[in-house]
Amino acid sequence: MQQGKSRAGGAMQEKQYTPSLLSFFIYNPTFGPREGEEEKKILFYHPSDIEKNEKIRNVGLCEAIVQFTRTFCPTKPAKSLHTQKNRQFFFEPEDNFWIVMVVRNPMIEKPNKDGKPPTIEYQEEEILDTVYGAVVRQCYSMYKLFNGTFGRAMEAGGVELLTQKLEKFFYRYLQTLHLQSCDLLDVFGGISFFPLDKMTYLKIQSFVNRVEESLSLIKYTAFLYNDQLIWSGLEQDDMRILYKYLTTSLFPRHSEPELAGRDSPLRPEVAGNLLHYGRFLTGPTNLKDPEAKFRFPKIFVTAEDGYEELHLIVYKAMSAAACFMISASVELTRDFCEQLDGLVGPQLTLLASDICEQFTINRRISGPEKEPQFKFIYFNHMNLAEKSTIHMRKTASVCLTSVHPDLMKILGDINCDFARVDEDEEIIVKAMTDYWVVGKKSDQRELYVILNQKNANLIEVNEEVKRLCATQFNNIFFLD
Amino acid sequence: MTEPPQQHYLELSENPVQFEHASSVNNVFFDEANKQVFAVRSGGATGVVVKGPDDKSSVAFRMDDKGEVKCIKFSIGNKILAVQRTSKSVVFPDKRSLKLLKNQSINVNWYQYCPETAVILLSTTVQGNILQPFAFRNGTMSKMSKFEIELPVIPKPAKLSLSERDIAMATIYGQLYVMYLKHHSRTANSPSAEVVLYHLPREGACKKSHVLKLNTTGKFALNIVDNLVVVHHQSSQTSLIFDINLKEPDCAVNTHQPVLPARSIHPYRMPLAGPAVVPSQPPVPCQLYSSSWSVFQPDIIISASEGYLWYLQVKLHPTVNLLQDKGKLMDFLLRRRDCKMVILSVCSQILEGGVKGSLPVVATVFDKLNQVYKEYLEAEQSYTVAMESGPSRGSAAQKRPVRTQAVIDQSDMYTHVLSSFTERKEVSHKFVIAVLMEYIRSLNQHQITVQHYLYELVIKTLVQHNLFYMLHQFLQYHVLSDSKPLACLLLSLESTYPPAHQLSLDMLKRLSTANDEIVEVLLSKQQVLGALRFIRSVGGHDNVSARKFLDAARQTGDQMLFYTVFRSFQQRNQRLRGSPAFNPGENKPRIWFIFQMKPTIGGLKI
Repeated sequence: MQQGKSRAGGAMQEKQYTPSLLSFFIYNPTFGPREGEEEKKILFYHPSDIEKNEKIRNVGLCEAIVQFTRTFCPTKPAKSLHTQKNRQFFFEPEDNFWIVMVVRNPMIEKPNKDGKPPTIEYQEEEILDTVYGAVVRQCYSMYKLFNGTFGRAMEAGGVELLTQKLEKFFYRYLQTLHLQSCDLLDVFGGISFFPLDKMTYLKIQSFVNRVEESLSLIKYTAFLYNDQLIWSGLEQDDMRILYKYLTTSLFPRHSEPELAGRDSPLRPEVAGNLLHYGRFLTGPTNLKDPEAKFRFPKIFVTAEDGYEELHLIVYKAMSAAACFMISASVELTRDFCEQLDGLVGPQLTLLASDICEQFTINRRISGPEKEPQFKFIYFNHMNLAEKSTIHMRKTASVCLTSVHPDLMKILGDINCDFARVDEDEEIIVKAMTDYWVVGKKSDQRELYVILNQKNANLIEVNEEVKRLCATQFNNIFFLD
Repeated sequence: MTEPPQQHYLELSENPVQFEHASSVNNVFFDEANKQVFAVRSGGATGVVVKGPDDKSSVAFRMDDKGEVKCIKFSIGNKILAVQRTSKSVVFPDKRSLKLLKNQSINVNWYQYCPETAVILLSTTVQGNILQPFAFRNGTMSKMSKFEIELPVIPKPAKLSLSERDIAMATIYGQLYVMYLKHHSRTANSPSAEVVLYHLPREGACKKSHVLKLNTTGKFALNIVDNLVVVHHQSSQTSLIFDINLKEPDCAVNTHQPVLPARSIHPYRMPLAGPAVVPSQPPVPCQLYSSSWSVFQPDIIISASEGYLWYLQVKLHPTVNLLQDKGKLMDFLLRRRDCKMVILSVCSQILEGGVKGSLPVVATVFDKLNQVYKEYLEAEQSYTVAMESGPSRGSAAQKRPVRTQAVIDQSDMYTHVLSSFTERKEVSHKFVIAVLMEYIRSLNQHQITVQHYLYELVIKTLVQHNLFYMLHQFLQYHVLSDSKPLACLLLSLESTYPPAHQLSLDMLKRLSTANDEIVEVLLSKQQVLGALRFIRSVGGHDNVSARKFLDAARQTGDQMLFYTVFRSFQQRNQRLRGSPAFNPGENKPRIWFIFQMKPTIGGLKI
């Protein structure tokens, strides 16, 4: 942490580089076991313009490292390799299929006098295995959500189909990875739940049940408001990745048409239908268009016997979004979509304004003093509930935080410590920059608080955190 | 009759009052006030038999034949008999003196008397359509405001146009109404007959309030049964029923169509009476809607020619299949007297139907039931509050609310509908859960506290189908309200669904009266330090028994932990009593002695 202040002073500007993606590849060593056939192992390689032999060399190296480290602990193969310039992450999601992500360490470029080339200082210890390990796992989960397992593609069309699918998916997906803004939240992969009173929640239940009853094709429904989850008919793990997709990819791409200008191209459907604000975020953009296509993205979720493939219909009215999932074996028609639009549109519009009203009332009751003055991250492993007052609203491109990356790193470190032991723990850290960072773990819950109190002592910080728990977490069993 | 028997929603009472039928030697009279039938044989010389609604009010006696009897009645309690033989005299066989209390001079065409409310209605003016009511109360007679019945046609020249037969008085939903049977008139553009109801309040003016559309013409008679207006139509031999409190969405306000399609009264068979009756002889069918029937208010039908007095009754079961709109059906049933079992069977029927799109119907029905349920609970509560605040204030106002059959509470729903419904194999669990949630939503919407057994039913259903994540979400949003039993139920699920442990602890914490239980749970998980920290945080450390903590610490086999716990209690004792020693009553564990004998643990000096 020495670099903290020295940087700003110098006359010549130093240049800071954030971590970035160097390469990302997927291979299966069993596909080219013989010499000369090594290229066959490689199923996907980014960047694609790398020379063939270098690809083979890099894959070979990874294979060797994994193989070598296995001798020390056969059950837990190597997860990452730290080098001065970069860090490599290994993940074997399915037997013999390996995903490798290589991240360049953050670095500082220090200009030299006398026209010498600048000195580059790699900050090897600044990135966390847990964070980027989680990013790799997320890549796989996202692929699996839309394509099913690697094994499934192999069964359906062999290596050829698999490489096709990988190419198609990761070409776009990797562009959306923003490694510089990955942090503790990626480790948790949590779900933000929308706070709601019981009655409004029951109304939503009633809505979901009625829609599922009258449109019996619908197998599962998820309900979100303000990009926060309220109800999931899917199992937790499937919802986790679907939630990630919705909130970081789909929703940010569709800004509110109600907020768009009157002449905006986003408005036509709303203008044409005064009864409700409902619209499809997936599938047809305009139901009235005679050319409209009724194709929806397909997703794969866990079922009793392996996986099931579903159409994903995302339908939104104002801030309320409902995801309806229908077996992919059914072909969705214009009729069905019109029926859904007619049934769901008005109800969802009404519900959205109900929720909004209720939310405003609740906020008025609880008052501004209940609004957190603290910067904190909360996560519950049991229901994946996460809450952060550190992060700004996520957008498609970046996830903004309101604290310095150094502090985020400390949070990550504390999290690693917590992961090591099962028991409840509390860690208090005084950071260089006058901040106090407190981490608490109680049963399955973790809480991280950042306090900016220059002259506070340990006891005062402890008291402060107790106060936070008493106001923010008084309705859960969270040991002080 | 080809229609299925269950379609008859009106029937004659099973135990009619039987009397000697009218004949040349036997005159029959009916007294509406005492509901007594008088059979007068030969002007009373060969006997007068009085039959009342029950055996107690039946009397038989003889009196001298002093000419044809025009009318005969008892006073209340059968104390005084009054006999009218001429149009201008009434004879009281017991000689008593009468006193004139009040005198009103009005030209009267005819009168009607309603014994229930003690209101007399006089027809005045030439056309007879200005009605003047008087109310009798506590021995006084008070004039109420008169009102005019709108005639379909104003006759020219004026003549008596309102017949006594077309006017009846009855109490409906606790209010007195004058019912006017308005026949159709070719000249006045009214294609069919209607019944016009005039509301006659105790105070204030009488107002036209409801119009019942009969959609036919002919001869009619009126009854009131269970607050329903029953209109008998003689030529079609059917009856219609109207509920004036049932709102008709597609009609103008207070205009009513029949609730149900017209049906005849359920066929009735008369057992052959008399000593000559052969046991095997089948009863003979009674001719319904006979011209010899006389209809009296509110619910009496008399067949003088056959010697029967029946009470008309409404059967609710047949209405269930006649009224397709279940919301309207509920509105109808909830106002009936013996409605509970019918309502519950309708609920079961809707649920087992499994018809697509039935959830909104289920929701409507639940909401209607809970509205009535809530009103009762509120009345009950305000009564309790009034009683607690002392009978001195407003002593007359508060009456204990009557619990009618329409109050269907959670235990009724659970016992008769939901518990069996959730066990039906052929119903999808999705629908079961949706129905249970709908019921809970409706209760919540009416601010009714949901009973624990309903939550148990939800949890049971979810657990049976491994829908733990759903359960988790319900608990997360506090849809299943916190309680100790629910927390314990969750604890028992921990082995199949580990997060239930956390959910249960959270719930106990929120209850804030379950600190002992929390300690027990933590100790059972060998989380001794956690338990200790918790009891300290809630300020219960001083009073807690050290024994169970030390026991739990010993069971962990962790000596360091035992030492920490032990020291913690010693310090507490020191602080409370100035000595680290445990109280004799505190049942310090035996292990304590063992511990004392070991001076060092893990290199630590004590």
